[in-house]
Amino acid sequence: MAGSRGRSRLWITSVSPLRTAAPTGLSTLRGTAKPPHRLTRTGQCGTSVGDVTVIATESLSKRYPRVTALDQLTVGITPGVTGLVGANGAGKSTLIKILLGLSPATEGTASVLGMDVSTQGGAIRESVGYMPEHDCLPPDVSATEFVVHMARMSGLPATAARERTADTLRHVGLYEERYRPMGGYSTGMKQRVKLAQALVHDPRLVLLDEPTNGLDPVGRDEMLGLIRRVYTDFGISVLVTSHLLGELERTSDHVVVIDGGKLLRSSSTADFTQQTAVLAVEVTDTEAHPDGTKALRTALDRAGLSLRAAGTDGTPAPGAGHLLTVDIADADDGAVYDTVRDAAAELGLGLVRMEQRRHQISEVFTEGSGSDVA
Amino acid sequence: MSPDPAATAPAAQRGQGVIHNIGYRGYEGPRLGRSYARRALFTQSLRGAYGLGRSAKSKVLPMLLFAVVALPAAIVVAVAVATKADDLPVGYAEYVLMLQPVIGIYLAAVAPQAISLDLRFKTTPLYFSRPIERSDYVAAKHAALSAAVFLFTAVPVLILYVGSLLAKLDFGDQTTGFLQGLVFCALFALLHAGIAGYIAALTPRRGFGIAAVIVVLTVPFFLISALQGIPLSDGDSSSTLVGWLGLGSPGTLMDGIQSKFLGGTSGFPTGATLTNAQGISYLVVFVLLAAGAYALLLRRYRKAGL
Repeated sequence: MAGSRGRSRLWITSVSPLRTAAPTGLSTLRGTAKPPHRLTRTGQCGTSVGDVTVIATESLSKRYPRVTALDQLTVGITPGVTGLVGANGAGKSTLIKILLGLSPATEGTASVLGMDVSTQGGAIRESVGYMPEHDCLPPDVSATEFVVHMARMSGLPATAARERTADTLRHVGLYEERYRPMGGYSTGMKQRVKLAQALVHDPRLVLLDEPTNGLDPVGRDEMLGLIRRVYTDFGISVLVTSHLLGELERTSDHVVVIDGGKLLRSSSTADFTQQTAVLAVEVTDTEAHPDGTKALRTALDRAGLSLRAAGTDGTPAPGAGHLLTVDIADADDGAVYDTVRDAAAELGLGLVRMEQRRHQISEVFTEGSGSDVA
Repeated sequence: MSPDPAATAPAAQRGQGVIHNIGYRGYEGPRLGRSYARRALFTQSLRGAYGLGRSAKSKVLPMLLFAVVALPAAIVVAVAVATKADDLPVGYAEYVLMLQPVIGIYLAAVAPQAISLDLRFKTTPLYFSRPIERSDYVAAKHAALSAAVFLFTAVPVLILYVGSLLAKLDFGDQTTGFLQGLVFCALFALLHAGIAGYIAALTPRRGFGIAAVIVVLTVPFFLISALQGIPLSDGDSSSTLVGWLGLGSPGTLMDGIQSKFLGGTSGFPTGATLTNAQGISYLVVFVLLAAGAYALLLRRYRKAGL
C-alpha cells in the first residue's frame, strides 16, 4: 500500500461518509428556512394540497414537565423526499408523534396534507404511513399475514388488503420469503416488511423513522434506493429521519436539520453537498520529507486548493494528524483529484488513501451557523 | 386478484429489474375506517385465541383445553341418557364453575397471546399510527377475549342442553336452565376476560403474564374456599359469613351470583344461600370489577405511544 508510488495508477476510493460517534456540542444557532422548493408531486390526481406543502408547522412547541422537545419549530416541507436530521433527542420522534395526531402540541400549529393535526388526526393517519425506528414485527407470523392485517387496520377491505400486500411486498423486494414466519428474517428483510406495512394502504406521505438502522452498507444502500423509489416511482412523499447526514444527502431532495427542538437549517440537498464535500488524503513519510503530510499541505496550498486542518472541530479522530482534508466543494472534482495526485507524485510520497467524505454533522452545524447558507 | 408475475415466473428470471418494471399501482378503492378496523381486529384476535390463522403449534393448547372442557359435558350427557335420570347430574352454571381451573389455564394461555405480544414486539405503534384509536384497540381486544371465553364455556353448556333434550328431560326446565347458563357464561366471560386482559397488559413478557393470570384467577378462589370451609360454632352466622367471604374472589363471586339469581345451587361449603343484601353486594362488586378492569386496561394504553 505505502509503496504505491508516483506514476503508478492510483486507486481512488469514494466511500460512504464516515460514521463517527454522535456529534457533540451542537450549535443551537438558527439557520435560515428556505421557501418551499419546486418539486411537485407526480402520480397523484385530485389532491388539492398535493403540490403545495405536505407538512407545515408554525411555531410548533412541545414541552414536557422537564424537557422542551420542540421549540418554536416553523418548517414547510414540500412533496419529494425530505430528510430530517438531528442527533438523538433532537425532537425527531416527537415531531412525528405530533404529525400523526397522537400527541398534542403545547403551542403552535401543524398540518399534514392540509389537515390540522389537532382535529383531523384520524383522517391524517388514514393517508399517512409510518415506519417506526424499532423492531415491531411479531416473529411467529408471516410477512404476508402481517401486512394483510395491517392493511385491514388501515381500512382496506379484505380482498384489496391481500392484493395490495402482494404488490407492496414485491415492490420492497420480498418474494418467496414472505410466506415464512418473520422470526427468521434478516434485519434487511425486516426493514423491508416494516416499509411495506407503511406503504400498503397507498398513503400520500410516509414517515420513516431511521429506516437504515442496523443495516450493513449494502442493505443501507438498497434501503436508500428503495426510499428514493417510493417517491420517484410510487409518487408518495417521504419524510425520512436519520442522525447521519451523509446518507440523507444521497436520497433526499431537501434536508431539514433540527437540534434541541429548534430548526437549524432547511435547504435543498444540493446546498448541503456543496458545503460538505471534502477529500481526505493520507500520505506516507519518506526520508526526503520526514513529515509527508506537512510537505503535501504546503504543496497543495501553493496549488491553490483550500485545505481544512483535520481535527480542529475539537473531535480529532485517531490518526487525524496524518489526514489532510481538501475542499472539493467549489472546484470540479476531477481537477482536485489530479492536483493531489500530481503533488504527491512530485514529492515522491506514497498516497495511502484518498477518499471523498462528508463532515460530521457537528461540523456542518457549526459551519451552517457560521457562514451564510441559503 | 390480478395475476402475479412474481409467483409464476421461474426463479432465475426474477431479477430485481424485472420485478420492479411492473410498476406501482395506487389504491383507489374504499377505505372503510375505524369501525371496520375495529371489527377486523376483533375477528383476528378471536381467531387467534383458538390458534386459527396462526402456526399449527399455537393451535394445540387451545384445542386441547377446549376438548378437556367439552368432553366431561358429553360424559355427563351420556350418563344422563344411560341412567334415564330426571335431571342432569350437574347444573349448567355449576358445570362451568366446576371446570374453572381449565378455564383459568385457557385464559392464562390466551390473554397474554392476545395482549402481551403486541406490547412485547412493539406492534402497538403500528396500530396507533392508523385510523383506529387506542379505545378501539382496547375495545376490540377486550371483546375478542370475552367472546373467546364465552365460546369456551358456552359450547359445553350447549352440549349439556342438547344432551338433556336427547335424554328427553323436561323441555321447559332445561331451556330455562340453558338460557340462565348462557347468561352466566356471558357474565363469567366478561369478568374473567377483563381481569386476565388487564393482567396481561401489565407485562410484555408472556411467561409472567401466564403465571400472573393463573395466580390471580386461582389463588384467591382457593383461599376463599378454604376460609369458607372453616366451620364456626354458630351455624347461622357461619353461613352469613360464608356469603360475605364469597365476594373475595372472582370464582366465588360468580358462584354466588348464579346461586342467587340464575337458579343454581352454590358450591359454598355449607350450601348457604345469599341474603338479599349479599346478592346486591355481589352484583355491585361484579360491575365494579368488570368495569374497573376495562377502565384500567384503557388507562394502560393511554400512555403507550409510538
